Amino acid sequence: MRSGNIFLRRNEVLFLVVLAALLLVVFPMALDSFRLNLVGKYLTYAFVALGLVLCWGNAGILSLGQGIFFGLGGYCMAMFLKLESSSPEATAIQSTPGIPDFMDWNQITELPFFWQPFHSLTLTVVAILVVPTAFAWLIGVAMFKRRVGGVYFAIITQAIAAILTILIIGQQGYTGGINGITDLRTLKGWDIRTDFAKEVLYFVTVALLLGCLLAAQFVRRSKYGRILVAIRDKEDRVRFSGYDVSNFKIFIFCFASVLAAVGGAMFTLQVGFMSPSFVGIVPSIEMVIYCAVGGRLSLFGAVYGTLFVNYAKTIFSESFPELWLFAMGALFIGVVMAFPNGLAGLWQVHVQPLFDRWAAARAGARPIAPSAAAAAERRT
Amino acid sequence: MFEGYTLAELGSIFAMQGFAGLILFSVFVLMALGLAIIFGQMGVINMAHGEFLILGAYITYFTSNFFLNYIPALFSAYFFVAMALAFVGAGALGMLVEWAMIRHLYRRPLDTLLATWGLSLILQQFYRSVFGAREVGVELPEWLIGSLPVTDVIEVPINGLFVMALTLMITIAVGVLMYRSRWGKQVRAVMQNRVMAGAVGIDTERVDRYTFGIGCGIAGVAGSAFTMVGSTGPTSGQLYIVDTFLVVVFGGAQSLLGTIASAFVISQAQSTMEFFLSGSMAKVLTLLTVVGILMLRPQGLFVLKVRR
Repeated sequence: MRSGNIFLRRNEVLFLVVLAALLLVVFPMALDSFRLNLVGKYLTYAFVALGLVLCWGNAGILSLGQGIFFGLGGYCMAMFLKLESSSPEATAIQSTPGIPDFMDWNQITELPFFWQPFHSLTLTVVAILVVPTAFAWLIGVAMFKRRVGGVYFAIITQAIAAILTILIIGQQGYTGGINGITDLRTLKGWDIRTDFAKEVLYFVTVALLLGCLLAAQFVRRSKYGRILVAIRDKEDRVRFSGYDVSNFKIFIFCFASVLAAVGGAMFTLQVGFMSPSFVGIVPSIEMVIYCAVGGRLSLFGAVYGTLFVNYAKTIFSESFPELWLFAMGALFIGVVMAFPNGLAGLWQVHVQPLFDRWAAARAGARPIAPSAAAAAERRT
Repeated sequence: MFEGYTLAELGSIFAMQGFAGLILFSVFVLMALGLAIIFGQMGVINMAHGEFLILGAYITYFTSNFFLNYIPALFSAYFFVAMALAFVGAGALGMLVEWAMIRHLYRRPLDTLLATWGLSLILQQFYRSVFGAREVGVELPEWLIGSLPVTDVIEVPINGLFVMALTLMITIAVGVLMYRSRWGKQVRAVMQNRVMAGAVGIDTERVDRYTFGIGCGIAGVAGSAFTMVGSTGPTSGQLYIVDTFLVVVFGGAQSLLGTIASAFVISQAQSTMEFFLSGSMAKVLTLLTVVGILMLRPQGLFVLKVRR
């Protein structure tokens, strides 16, 4: 493949093949179904991290509210699955059969209007894509048109995540409250709780993730993506050149939110429940650290970063629960202070030059000085 | 939502909730003052602010135990010692953090957010490991217990009054420090134009360090005051951090007056609505309104006009 390809450069094709082989071949063969399901769960966070690379790394918009979109996607899926598992026959012992159990416990006798569309799978899929986009568009228009940015944007998105969490917990009858929407069983009659179903869902997640990665890479490589970088670096100059800066930012924010929502929907399918503990401030900030550890400028880095942090979290919290917060805190500080470009940055500075030298030697050319190659790589 | 109440009842409800709101207001102001100095003046987002506050609360708890066990005769005055210790303790930690971490990140404000969030996780786990996960409360000296009757339906708790008086004093002290002292002038000069301030001979690094230290010290004092009205656990600090940031942003980050005004508006709105709606809905509505107004006025209520 030529290096001028709009999707991927030559070494990125290699990266993609390695990642696909790792996720599609190595993990399914090496891990038992419990661990594989766990990896699938981690990968759903990688969708969010991809969005954050675009939004934060490329466009300089740090959103501390990606949990909102992850949660919206997840809740849309959960509402559909919940309605399917609360058929009148399955819920015959309730005082009002045919509605989800938590509504029955909260003395609600009729399905609320915003639950109605979730009887249909098509409408649910549409909702997973449209609801977060609409919400992100609303936030984006309100903020970017008024030129709210940087720190203020981060704080306000964080506040919105807090508001949404309080709302979900407070409106128990409509949302399942703090427990969330639990006890999800089937998707169109297909039992999602079996090992086989979880394996299938894992592969669907991987396929979607790779697709989203390509789409995100396309956006980054296009002219649009380069304007975003320009906005990040000198917003005023882009504005003075006649671009409507806010529309660019709104688009990328919406795009990141859709990615997060797809991740959330896949999360619900694989884990079998959705709760406000994935919406609020703490998970939203953790999602940023996945992206930061992987490297805020690298899509591949984001996927590996997500896997690495979650794997470390699982290991630590299984064996030394009290150490986990120390490790996580140190990771936050270490990444920000010492490796602002995360794992991908380390790769580009230390490993990539070796490859380049090797490739150059094979091609018979004189080796490029490693520092120059690294600098060139960092600029891209 | 007002049906079923007579005018007199409504009056006393508003008075009662207004007073509860005033205590909340004091809490907000105390938390927000430190943050307003650090965020408003320095542009650093300190997500560990709540943890500095908890540090002050733990220091107060230990001081009160110390007085109770070793010098019970002076127990009624322990609080003032505790406050001083909390200021020094939190301030010293703040200066250490500034030296080790923050000063490397002044050019990257969003990164201070992540780094200080990491710090807050470490501090939380530290508190949990050292002091236990249980919430602790202090024993109040006798003169702070009880309440003053104002009318036959309205009673005013003395510890609430004390916290309010304390808030007033600290606010005035901060105001004098920032706007009347030589040091405050240096801080404002550095924050408005660092290069120029350095050029006229201000040691900007020292100003940064002390500003951060004092902001954290005030958080410590706030934590100390908190022990009067509630108990303290390792994660209590996190509960307030979003509210506090909104208070500071809503008021206009660089204006102390704005911070106080927005703390007042938010606390009164919250406390009045709490009586008529559930607590969570009151909070949602208050925060939504604040976010909505912020979208109309991104710079906050009180904007300091600065040429950039």
